[in-house]
Amino acid sequence: MLRLLLIVFVKHKLADKFLLDAPRHGQGIQFEEAGNLLEANRDATTISIEDDDMPERQRNAAGFTPDVDEEDPHASDDKTELLSGQKKNAPFWTFEYYQRFFDIETHHVKERIIGSMLPWPGKNFIHVHLRRNPDLYGPFWICTTLVFALAISGNFSNFLLNLGKPDHKYSPQFGKVTIAATAIFSYAWFVPLALWGCLLWRNNKIMNLVSYSFMEIVCVYGYSLAIYIPAVVLWIIPFEWLRWCSIVVALCLSGSVLVMTFWPAVREDHPKVIAAIMSAIVLLNVLLAVGCKVLLLPY
Amino acid sequence: MADEANRQFAGLSDVSISEDIPVEGDISRGEEDEFSTLDEPVKETILRDLRAVGSKFIHVLYPKRSSVLLRDWDLWGPLLLCVTLALLLQGGAADSEDQGGPQFAEVFVIVWFGSIIITLNSKLLGGTISFFQSLCVLGYCIMPLTAAMAVCRIVLVGGSGTVSFIVRLVVVTASFGWSTFASTAFLADNQPPGRKSLVVYPVFLFYFVIGWMVLTFSPSQ
Repeated sequence: MLRLLLIVFVKHKLADKFLLDAPRHGQGIQFEEAGNLLEANRDATTISIEDDDMPERQRNAAGFTPDVDEEDPHASDDKTELLSGQKKNAPFWTFEYYQRFFDIETHHVKERIIGSMLPWPGKNFIHVHLRRNPDLYGPFWICTTLVFALAISGNFSNFLLNLGKPDHKYSPQFGKVTIAATAIFSYAWFVPLALWGCLLWRNNKIMNLVSYSFMEIVCVYGYSLAIYIPAVVLWIIPFEWLRWCSIVVALCLSGSVLVMTFWPAVREDHPKVIAAIMSAIVLLNVLLAVGCKVLLLPY
Repeated sequence: MADEANRQFAGLSDVSISEDIPVEGDISRGEEDEFSTLDEPVKETILRDLRAVGSKFIHVLYPKRSSVLLRDWDLWGPLLLCVTLALLLQGGAADSEDQGGPQFAEVFVIVWFGSIIITLNSKLLGGTISFFQSLCVLGYCIMPLTAAMAVCRIVLVGGSGTVSFIVRLVVVTASFGWSTFASTAFLADNQPPGRKSLVVYPVFLFYFVIGWMVLTFSPSQ
């Protein structure tokens, strides 16, 4: 209830601010018609004040927002913020800026995890599950869980291997854990950064219908690592063929989710560029999986 | 201020002012003397803090929904427990150059850094608990795991075969469950509904990792 009052209050405040700013933008339009003008003149930085009984999510479902936000990731983020009126434009060094990336419930996280494990040919993870609400909770805790799962299952299989040998001193190998952690976290952050930069560069050359923001790409990559957690836990069972099997299955599922998610973003591009980007995505995924396997279970 | 006083009392300059009239800025304000603890003996100060820490230990032992841990938070208890745990995790194969176990600093980093991250997580998810209160709760709830570590060391004196492993496994699992249950009894109430599992899961992971460190401790041969 308090939240609803806060949202209404913020929207009115934003409305006041932009009513004052309108002459400077040279638009001089009435804000009820801003939505229509937005379709006509895509370069205009305008906002529309939504009704109280049509929150942002319903408008997404009605298909309004994705058309508008397709041009350019930067403008789409700003427009989404202004259009929704719910997300305040806090600077990135404040706590509130990060709080809006944790605006999810338990069932959202569950749906996203399951959606990342089961790739469905028609469904794009970002459009179906994220719906303009990328979160940082999932990627961060999935990466952390994966790091610890790797450490524990690597240690455990090591322990089982040396159970019979009396002269071997069991040692939990913290060095390997650190290396695995670095590899996983850099995969989850730098690869999305590179991919986002690449997509941005291609967007400038070729007009794409679909473009993703940086946070959405980070979110997809984070959730796509979720399938590796059961695969890594299966490493405890000391059969080599089973371990490779579980890694390959996880690899296929995760890779296909990523490919299906990024296919709409590169589909209108030059075929060679499409092939390059897709193969880079898949290759890095394979590298991570195989690298972790070889590092932690070298026998 | 002196000028104003002179002007106010200008007509009274020939009247003697009694010493009972309090002057402005008087330090000895009578009713606040009972809260000043500067004069008590040191033993009493230490005992009072120890009693506060002890009462919180008891609240962790029998976790029920009370707000004592939250209201009067302190970080002495967590520090004590962390140091004890780190010391108990020493003397294993850690003394050799090959990393046999967690170093003292590693245990500290895991406990404190982990608590800070969990606290940040619960605050970002919209919790109403304060930063230090959350650190206090998480630190105090390590107590069952520290007790389990002590028990494990005693069991390991008797030998490190399969039987001792099973005993240690049971003890560590029980204390890990107890820790998680105790801390969620304090932390989960301050979260908006629908996000409770999101807050509880990192706590579960945290105690799981500490439990794993306790379980896999192996003494030097």
